[in-house]
Amino acid sequence: MEKIAMNGDQVIALSWKQIDPDVVAAYPITPQTIIVEAFSEYVADGLVNTEYVCAESEHSAMSLCIGASAAGARTATATASAGLAFMWEVLYVASGMRLPIVMAVANRALSGPINIHCDHSDAMGARDSGWIQLFAENVQEAYDNSIMAFRVAEHMDIRLPIMTCLDGFITTHSLERFEPLPDEVVKKFVGEFKWKHPLLDYKNPVTMGPFDWTDYYFEHKYQQVDAMRHVTPVLNQVQEEFARISGRKYEIIEPYRMDDADYAVIAMGSTAGTLKEIVDELRAEGKKVGSIKLRLFRPFPNVEMAKLLQGLKGVAVLDRAVSIGSTGPLFPEVRSALYDSKDRPRLVNYVYGLGGRDIKPEELKQVYKQLIYKEGETLNFLGVRA
Amino acid sequence: MTVTSLKVLSEQEDKYVEGHRLCAGCAEPIIARQILMATDKPIVVSNATGCFEVSSSIYPFTSWNVPWIHSAFENAAPTIGGVEAAYLALKRKGKITADMRFISFGGDGATYDIGFQAISGAIERGSHFLYVCLNNEAYMNTGIQRSGATGRGASTTTCPAGTCIPGKREYPKDMTKIIIAHDLPYAAQGSPHNYKDLIEKAAKGFEANGPAFLNVISPCPRGWRHDPSKTIEMAKLAVDTCIWPLYEFERGTWRMTGDSLRIAEGAKPKLPISDWLKSQGRFSHLIKGKWDDVALEIQANVDHKWQELLKLCKL
Repeated sequence: MEKIAMNGDQVIALSWKQIDPDVVAAYPITPQTIIVEAFSEYVADGLVNTEYVCAESEHSAMSLCIGASAAGARTATATASAGLAFMWEVLYVASGMRLPIVMAVANRALSGPINIHCDHSDAMGARDSGWIQLFAENVQEAYDNSIMAFRVAEHMDIRLPIMTCLDGFITTHSLERFEPLPDEVVKKFVGEFKWKHPLLDYKNPVTMGPFDWTDYYFEHKYQQVDAMRHVTPVLNQVQEEFARISGRKYEIIEPYRMDDADYAVIAMGSTAGTLKEIVDELRAEGKKVGSIKLRLFRPFPNVEMAKLLQGLKGVAVLDRAVSIGSTGPLFPEVRSALYDSKDRPRLVNYVYGLGGRDIKPEELKQVYKQLIYKEGETLNFLGVRA
Repeated sequence: MTVTSLKVLSEQEDKYVEGHRLCAGCAEPIIARQILMATDKPIVVSNATGCFEVSSSIYPFTSWNVPWIHSAFENAAPTIGGVEAAYLALKRKGKITADMRFISFGGDGATYDIGFQAISGAIERGSHFLYVCLNNEAYMNTGIQRSGATGRGASTTTCPAGTCIPGKREYPKDMTKIIIAHDLPYAAQGSPHNYKDLIEKAAKGFEANGPAFLNVISPCPRGWRHDPSKTIEMAKLAVDTCIWPLYEFERGTWRMTGDSLRIAEGAKPKLPISDWLKSQGRFSHLIKGKWDDVALEIQANVDHKWQELLKLCKL
């Protein structure tokens, strides 16, 4: 199809319009608002058949999604920042009940101090909630992820909720040319929503969300762990199928000019795009560098990550969030993935871009230079006035 | 649905069955069974965290013969709202044809306190559901802590009667009136001692064609400190002393019902609040002389609220 210009929020709403979920329940929060506004217009103009509920809070929005999904409806929502934090309690309920809810997260810093701009602390705060977490680099990828997400979450071997993350303002509000898929192609790709034991099947009543004592809770948690193990192979398959309908092939980890690289920088979200530019510039100077875009944070692709990194001389992990008192949250994941590898590279962590602080090309170049010259500490802060 | 006779009611298939682990003398299962008799349509139930939820769904057992969902403490209303949204969407798409009803149960903690906003939101959105507050006037599931529904003077584990403080210092918030301020199709107060009144109100709630709210007094022998055999007597006493009037609000009209109507019409005496305070251990400190003024203030408050209600009901 012809490329058109839309921002990241608008393409999420567009993907929902094409998928036509049974229920969307949401609450507006910057920088997610355009998603719910754009979708409201589709509802107002009768372009979707969705039951659209404007909740009075994010906690209720997720509770509505839980009720809807448990009842047997294909369900989607969107939030950001404090909204995701407010949902925290019920995120675990959604995954514990194995409800395939799809949620777009417009990544934004958490209060306090209050700040509306991009970082990943919201999604990182929800990393242990049992949700699958996908990150998008740009508008096209945000759209494509939103479509693929339904297939992954609803897969019968998985049945887990999924967050499709896109960088607040940087991706949500930037107008980019992207290529949508035709409605019928999207509908066919996503398919009919199937359910096994919906609440609305009153002739076969089910009890959902029962009280779980010491004798069963652990087993139910283990079943979630087991379901999460199916995500990587299923996502790989879905990405392959998606390539066939779109011509766009995604990987859970995407290496850029890594074939003969000695040094690499890893990032999630929009910064992964900037890194490619820097790699091109440094390659032109003859430096053997590459970059790695991580699309899937939960489940964390340990094996794939270790395979890519082992044998390199130096690797920097960029974290757009910080676990105060420790490092960035991505760094220990990567370090842990490498533990069993033979040729472990020197591994350093750069926390950057908190509260939407711009990440400048020269700062990223500096990261590569520090890698090459073995400078810097294990934990570094990029672009902060210390 | 109208209540015909006990015989007819007793022949209904139970939606909530034996095997639950609520305390002896708990009013909650009595109330729930009465309310669930009030519709013959297929229903889905949502339940807030609390006594009623933990006791009826201990995995792998369940007391529920109808579809039932528990999500969290404060979100029974939006959870059933989501079920209803799914129902509307799937009905529109021709995937469901049945005419169904939706109901939420929550305790007073879930209703007056932590879930207050969520209930208000669900009512404002016009969800078609009946919300039932099983009001035992404190957080009983966690061990009798005060809630926004706890009566003045009651001793709880977080507002204990001490040498300086006579139990809870505040009056409960008037949740039923707060809900009525949403101008919803139907709201009422009920009591399990008058099953006919309660079932009729539940039936109106199920058929309200919009949000409906039922606040039901639910004596708790553990928290109220009364004998488990006196549960229904306690509920009746709450109504007879007018601390818990039976009334309904139906599309703009306030109406006194049951024993409360008879008291209002002079056909039945209005019992003094001292009868209520004397009947339960949670108030025992109030009748020993030192806090006589508190008992008098509670009586004055009951009288004031009763007069207000008489005016609203044009009596």
